[in-house]
Amino acid sequence: MSVLVVADHDNQNLKPVTLNVLGAAKQLGGDIVVLVAGEGCGAVAEQAAKAEGVSKVLVADNAAYGHHLAENVAALIAEIASDYSHILAAANTTGKDILPRAAALLDVAQVSDIIRVESADTFVRPFYAGNAIATVQSSDPIKVITVRGTGFDAVAAEGGSAAVESLDIVKDAGLSEFVKEELAKSDRPELTSARVVVSGGRGMQNGENFKMLYELADKLGAAVGASRAAVDAGFVPNDMQVGQTGKIVAPELYIAVGISGAIQHLAGMSDSKVIVAINKDEDAPIFQVADYGLVADLFEAVPELISKL
Amino acid sequence: MKVLVAVKRVIDYNVKVRVKPDNSGVDLANVKMAMNPFDEIAVEEAVRLKEKGIATEIVVVSIGPKAAQEQIRTALALGADRGILIETDEEVQSLDAAKLLKGVVEKEAPQLILLGKQSIDTDNNQTGQMLAGLLGCGQGTFASRVDVEGDSVVVEREIDGGLMDIKLKLPAVITADLRLNEPRYASLPNIMKAKKKPLETLSVGDLGVELKPRLKTLKVEEPPKRQAGIKVSSVDELVEKLKNEAKVI
Ligand SMILES: Cc1cc2nc3c(=O)[nH]c(=O)nc-3n(C[C@H](O)[C@H](O)[C@H](O)COP(=O)(O)OP(=O)(O)OC[C@H]3O[C@@H](n4cnc5c(N)ncnc54)[C@H](O)[C@@H]3O)c2cc1C
Ligand SMILES: Nc1ncnc2c1ncn2[C@@H]1O[C@H](COP(=O)(O)O)[C@@H](O)[C@H]1O
Repeated sequence: MSVLVVADHDNQNLKPVTLNVLGAAKQLGGDIVVLVAGEGCGAVAEQAAKAEGVSKVLVADNAAYGHHLAENVAALIAEIASDYSHILAAANTTGKDILPRAAALLDVAQVSDIIRVESADTFVRPFYAGNAIATVQSSDPIKVITVRGTGFDAVAAEGGSAAVESLDIVKDAGLSEFVKEELAKSDRPELTSARVVVSGGRGMQNGENFKMLYELADKLGAAVGASRAAVDAGFVPNDMQVGQTGKIVAPELYIAVGISGAIQHLAGMSDSKVIVAINKDEDAPIFQVADYGLVADLFEAVPELISKL
Repeated sequence: MKVLVAVKRVIDYNVKVRVKPDNSGVDLANVKMAMNPFDEIAVEEAVRLKEKGIATEIVVVSIGPKAAQEQIRTALALGADRGILIETDEEVQSLDAAKLLKGVVEKEAPQLILLGKQSIDTDNNQTGQMLAGLLGCGQGTFASRVDVEGDSVVVEREIDGGLMDIKLKLPAVITADLRLNEPRYASLPNIMKAKKKPLETLSVGDLGVELKPRLKTLKVEEPPKRQAGIKVSSVDELVEKLKNEAKVI
């Protein structure tokens, strides 16, 4: 048995979620090979080689892979797939884009967003916005799987010394081309791996008021998230959305401010260790999952909270 | 330009599902069903392309039981021109759905193929990518803007770090994200008109596909229940609890 883990990275740094995917790979057992497809991504390969449990790193360094275009990367994965029993990637927007295409090229199913490994062919995954948890068994010869990072402990980033091999396969489908990217810049911790997350909803009323949450976040070393309503209303950018169709977070502390607690929002945060809700409506569904609920006007409670931390 | 839109019949997004006591699945008896919300957004985008004079015909296709005609009729009421139901009572997994859609694409030869990014029942987020792979065409997933420019299309995509624009050759597959547009409501006259629009029914076999589920659901369980905690009466009490009881700050 041999597991291929498709690394997520920005050509300079390995994304931390890849270490969680390696955690899932470790539970499967067998050799673990990491694929780094990118452009000028040598540093990423070096980082991957140091990760715990990795036996080999394959680097496909070519302009065709520079922006993770699915048409090219999926073709590369399909080409090398026959050496592996499992192919894993993070269930983030990169993995979700590439892996199902690779699965189709291989004529196998994909198991999306697993949170547990039961055995080499059986996996646990939430569906119906996390309102049900399925145990599914795959009969395919190659199991193609996306992994929910919060479901698995990260392996150690240091300590390994895997061999790095370059892969001279260029798949340039010529179907797609990168135009531009607008990436959010922030000095705060990354949302999906932050220890504390402060999220705001429609109750924040506008983008300006989110400053209050940034201030609170900075006191707590937290990342800032949002509900769909806050993103749709244009208060904050899309990369901050937490939920069924946004990011999945499971921090030690989640503070929901002016968020009602729709099932689609809960799907993204209900695995948090401690949940705090600040909402002026005492019947808001968020209080049904909150460990500590404060029924209050957020415009009074949040400034007071900032001053008392 | 012909546009094909795939719409799936799913449980209404407002319904909180219940797991069956025998753990064999979720209880879908007598629950409200609807068009997958992302597919509504895909239909709306197609209709807007038609209103702009870019799309000339909109074909909607659904795979599922006879009752999925309702979702096709809804799409027709929103402005699609005709519908195709691939009728089956069997479970259709994403790979097979992609194969069936590929069959329809080959018959209809659309330039643009729109899907939702994710079904809210399976939460798979696969079918569009699989279809694009099978067709050997480009894919623009999680789209928040679609600009057709001659024989290509620029798609703005919602990615984890922000936004990314890519350019695809047509024909291409695009999957709709939440902020692509805000779907309209069907008007009563349009609902009446939709009843007269053509709706063709095909079988799985008509498309040369054999359903082969690869994933077997062994059991379905309720997620671990979170206990509702306590209400604190003041910010001071909250800070005290977080420090001394939960020990998270
Ligand atoms: C297909 C689909 C996918 C979706 N995916 C997601 C997703 O990924 N993430 C997500 O979050 N949602 C998602 N949604 C949307 C979800 O259904 C809800 O509409 C959304 O979460 C509501 O956001 P909200 O709680 O901020 O707004 P609301 O429900 O409007 O709640 C606002 C809350 O703020 C409180 N409030 C107002 N003023 C104050 C004040 N001054 N002080 C204190 N409290 C105040 C109110 O009491 C209320 O409870 C999805 C929906 C669909 C259909
Ligand atoms: N049975 C189906 N009938 C029509 N379209 C479907 C079907 N299954 C999936 N799709 C399309 O594929 C998208 C993604 O579905 P999924 O991969 O199941 O999350 C949906 O939003 C639909 O547009």
